[in-house]
Amino acid sequence: MGLGAYIAVSAVLFALGVVCIISRRNMIYVLMGIEMILNAANINFVAFNRFNGDAMDGRMFAIFVIILAAAEAAVALGIVLNVYHLFESIKPSDVDLMRD
Amino acid sequence: MDTDKAQRAFYALLGVATLGLLGWGASSAGAGGVAFGLFAALTIGGSLICVWERSVVRSAFSLMATFTGVAGLFLLLGADFLAVAQILIYVGGILALILFGVMLSPPDLAERKLSRVLSALVLLLGAVAWVGAKVSSTVTWATAGELPEPTTKVDEIGVAFLDPDGYVVAFELAAMILTAALVAAVYIARRKASDLTDPRTEGGA
Repeated sequence: MGLGAYIAVSAVLFALGVVCIISRRNMIYVLMGIEMILNAANINFVAFNRFNGDAMDGRMFAIFVIILAAAEAAVALGIVLNVYHLFESIKPSDVDLMRD
Repeated sequence: MDTDKAQRAFYALLGVATLGLLGWGASSAGAGGVAFGLFAALTIGGSLICVWERSVVRSAFSLMATFTGVAGLFLLLGADFLAVAQILIYVGGILALILFGVMLSPPDLAERKLSRVLSALVLLLGAVAWVGAKVSSTVTWATAGELPEPTTKVDEIGVAFLDPDGYVVAFELAAMILTAALVAAVYIARRKASDLTDPRTEGGA
């Protein structure tokens, strides 16, 4: 498989992540969409790394992205828990304390 | 019922698309193409189901297919360490975290608006197709034929992490970020002492 096929899969995965974020009214879906987007970025890193001389930079970057994704998921889930305690809801549009 | 019909049509289309992807892979690159088609179908199909399904639990579990498919793509790209790390961290860790989040979300099957999901899908996939057409008309991608065999580089990854000329600063920073994120997550998510039931303020209730 050529590089283009991997890039295409990654582009579709990215688009589906964005769809997941913008079309659902639930913070859990926003988290899932972010994970999809990070995975799409990782596919790109590894694919370009493989097709560009197989140095290690792309792979190392993907490892750091995974590390940051794990940290982000933990903190984001803590925030969602807290939002649920405060607002009794996890709809992103309900969190509007600073609106007026 | 209308939603049942939409559900059936969606899964039928998904199955047909999977078969098409597998067939395209087989015709273009043989056995490697079939493997690629399988993992691409897992990746994209899982995320499509995640976007489509009404129940959060089903969406979360369909993400497992996505993460496994991405790990398979890493394998095909020769990044074996990354594939195993992907399964360990995403399927084992982040998915479990998301399922924790699912437990606190009240079941709301009316949350998904079919029109909203479909219009977002059409819009974004159309954008991807447009950009893809633009890009592929100007760029020639590398093909798999010219590549050397992938080599496992686990030992080199380990050396690069601690090499002063490599990634040691980023490695230590990542360790600090993980520690800080862990402490912060515990601090944010913990129930404050004042939130717990206090018999003096609860009164007769």
